[in-house]
Amino acid sequence: MKVVLQNLTKKFPNRNKGVRSDVIAVNNFDMEIPDGKLVSLLGPSGCGKSTALNLLSGLLKPSSGKIFFGEDDVTDLPAENRGVGLVFQNYALYPHLTVRQNIMFPLENLKGAAKLTKAQMQEKALEAAKLVQIHELMDRKPNELSGGQQQRVAITRALVKMPRLLLLDEPLSNLDARLRLQTREELRRIQNETGITTIFVTHDQEEAMSISDMIIVMKEGVIQQTGRPQDVYDSPVNLFVAKFLGTPPINVFAGEVKDGSLYIGQDKVCTVKGAANKPVWVGIRPEGFELDENGTLSCSLVGVEVMGRDITVISNNAASESGAIRAIISAENRVDTSAPVVRFNVKSNKIFLFDKETEARLDCEIG
Amino acid sequence: MDKNNWKAWLYLLPAVLFLGVFMVYPLVDVFVYSFEEGYNSASQTFFGVGGYNYSYILHDPYFLQAVKNTFILVIITVPVSTGLALLISVALNSIKPLRNLYQTVYFLPYVTNTLAVGLVFMILFKKTAYSDGLINLLINWFGGESVDFIDGPYWAKMFVLCFYTVWVVMPFKILILTGALASVNQDYYNAAKVDGTSRGRIFTRITLPMISPTIFYLVITGFIGAFKAYSDAVALFGTDLNAAGMNTIVGYVYDMLYGNSDGYPSYASAAAIVLFAIVLTITCINLLISKKHVHY
Repeated sequence: MKVVLQNLTKKFPNRNKGVRSDVIAVNNFDMEIPDGKLVSLLGPSGCGKSTALNLLSGLLKPSSGKIFFGEDDVTDLPAENRGVGLVFQNYALYPHLTVRQNIMFPLENLKGAAKLTKAQMQEKALEAAKLVQIHELMDRKPNELSGGQQQRVAITRALVKMPRLLLLDEPLSNLDARLRLQTREELRRIQNETGITTIFVTHDQEEAMSISDMIIVMKEGVIQQTGRPQDVYDSPVNLFVAKFLGTPPINVFAGEVKDGSLYIGQDKVCTVKGAANKPVWVGIRPEGFELDENGTLSCSLVGVEVMGRDITVISNNAASESGAIRAIISAENRVDTSAPVVRFNVKSNKIFLFDKETEARLDCEIG
Repeated sequence: MDKNNWKAWLYLLPAVLFLGVFMVYPLVDVFVYSFEEGYNSASQTFFGVGGYNYSYILHDPYFLQAVKNTFILVIITVPVSTGLALLISVALNSIKPLRNLYQTVYFLPYVTNTLAVGLVFMILFKKTAYSDGLINLLINWFGGESVDFIDGPYWAKMFVLCFYTVWVVMPFKILILTGALASVNQDYYNAAKVDGTSRGRIFTRITLPMISPTIFYLVITGFIGAFKAYSDAVALFGTDLNAAGMNTIVGYVYDMLYGNSDGYPSYASAAAIVLFAIVLTITCINLLISKKHVHY
């Protein structure tokens, strides 16, 4: 089932004294989430992504705009009738019920024609539990489970009624690093097997990039960019998106376009076609640097971190806006750590120019 | 045992000393008194040792009346006050405007003096030669006949006592329950709502189990408190509770201690031990039941 949002807006009254204007948590969302895909809502804390999720679940009512599930307008449908599954960051498993009872809880609510017998419920619960591989834990209480197991029970509980839409609110952020990795792959597998349209809220760009079919980057309630993770990474529409995606983050410099060339400080880094003469923000991905004795960009060397597969060259440049510059290069390169200056060439597809005022990406050809 | 153990005992000494002198010793002493027959507090002498004190109080109609009164009071007021408090707390928890005002209003009885409130109740319910009292006015208004709630029939007096007790103990229960309700994570409710759970089912399957430890705490302390009722009866019916037929076990103990001719501390001790046994039994039963029904 596809989900369509039309001009969806959610305002909250401002709690600060003397401020009359509302806080706009979700601002004019206009988009379509394709059927059967895993979509990530990605943004920094407080950008309104959880609010957006709660609008979809029906726990919050939008201030304006419409929500469609498939062809049905569900804007005014209360949460209990929407048929969505919701997984919470803190799992929200009922502590007094066993895993089995937790999973069966949504089934016991079914009424009328959908009503199930006890045996059918047991069967469905077991089936869902097997899918998520927790069927051996059915008689335990939530507090006897590890965080990762609890989260899987929560996912099972959301899945057992075969929701039309599965919503996950930061499902992995309470897990430790190793479990997070494991659970996110699990999530991807479960989503593939069930084919349920899934929306996944996270502030962790790595998480979003690694498992999503599509990501939606948000900032202060406004959608910045949507698309396949790699596309968004390779072609950010503005400085915010460029900065938000990628670890280590993109290096930002204050630069200037002059007569068809891009200057960072005194260095003429590369040629630019189709951009007017003006100061710009220059974003260069860490993997966009190449060591070259005659390179166009010179920086003062700080140090080298050897990571095995590749090395990170840390250097300074007066024009850098994001602190020390981190350049990731292949470990086959040798860096003379005693040299005061390191010189780079920059890969043209890893360098982006942004307008100094609007921070929007400048449409130009870099050579 | 460590060599330096005496240090630990030294640190504990003040507490042990006070608890021993003012708690353990009196407890043991009450138990001892209850078996000393014919004890005289002035001369500190007694005739013999045996179960006569128990036999006496168990055949004393005043004591039996006090036990009956106390049990009726407990059986009526504990469930009613807990149930009502739960109802009011849930209502308070589900409204937003004026919640603080209502919470304050409901809490007021707690900070009001028991005796003063008892006086007000007496005035409300009492029927005198000059006035029938406000409650009787209401009863008349609905076509009923005046009842003297303070000096009248037993059931009327018991009704006032129960009504008054419920009124007095409820604020504390409401306070505790609203706190418990507010501390239930909202996510549980949201999760249940998304799963299409009806409001009634949310209450019975989620809210009640989540606050069951608190309810249990209130029931146990409620039982103990109600068994120890005394001042409420005094506030309503005066100090001569035996004559009014409204005495409680604690009232009986008090009367026996300070009653006629220097009192009968042995009978009082025996009655106190009986009360102790009752409360202990009931609390044990409560604990057993709670194991089945209280979660966590």
